[in-house]
Amino acid sequence: MNQNRRVLLKGSLAAGAVGAAIGAGLLAPKTVLAAWAKEAFEAKEVDAALKGAMGSADATASDKIKLKAPDIAENGAVVPITVTSEIDGTTNISLLVKENNTPLTSSYELGDTTEPYISTRVKMGKTSDVIAVVKADGKLYSTAKEVKVTIGGCGG
Amino acid sequence: MAKSIKLRAKETDGVATVKALISHAMETGLRKDQKTGKPIPAEFIQEVICESAGKTVLTCQWGSAISKNPFISFKFSGAKSGDSIKISWVDNKGNSDSLESAIK
Repeated sequence: MNQNRRVLLKGSLAAGAVGAAIGAGLLAPKTVLAAWAKEAFEAKEVDAALKGAMGSADATASDKIKLKAPDIAENGAVVPITVTSEIDGTTNISLLVKENNTPLTSSYELGDTTEPYISTRVKMGKTSDVIAVVKADGKLYSTAKEVKVTIGGCGG
Repeated sequence: MAKSIKLRAKETDGVATVKALISHAMETGLRKDQKTGKPIPAEFIQEVICESAGKTVLTCQWGSAISKNPFISFKFSGAKSGDSIKISWVDNKGNSDSLESAIK
């Protein structure tokens, strides 16, 4: 792991309070080393979001990605999603909700001993396809599942 | 400040299954305060880094569409009971927290 990041995280831990960390210049919003993919997260279309998150929007549909999500989400604010990729060489996974204002919910970069499995919970504004995209050996594969939402979860 | 992270990591046959629950509002910035009508500013975790035994195991980039009090679960191999496991997060306002524990 990058030594700078280790020092940054260690430093912010040692400092204790966030204020102290910011004061010491160790942790400022813009210095997250992995550079949060702002354009990808603010993109309003799936293709643009994918381009930002995975470098391309060109994904082949694959049945080797298992996407577990409820058929009907009781609460759009908390929809459990589990993605398991059976494609060799999976290095990255992204989760999108097509009908959300900004479809990209999250993106994951796997370590080399990390299994291609992610489970989390997302907000869905309304009934929509949930799309899981994985990058394996540099190529993109995707699968989608429609999740019906009765009460939307994005507020507003 | 109370730790915001609850972490459980268990190893079976060399594979560690990690479950983390983080206390965080994950505000999208789209909600309005009921009383004042003013929008509640966006406050959400943008990055989560998970490390074990000195290696980065998972790097997560999150948007505000991850649910409030976010949950994340993942697995990695080559794990041994007793290995360190650490979760750190940073949000869009520069707040952060981390928790280090050991794989059971």
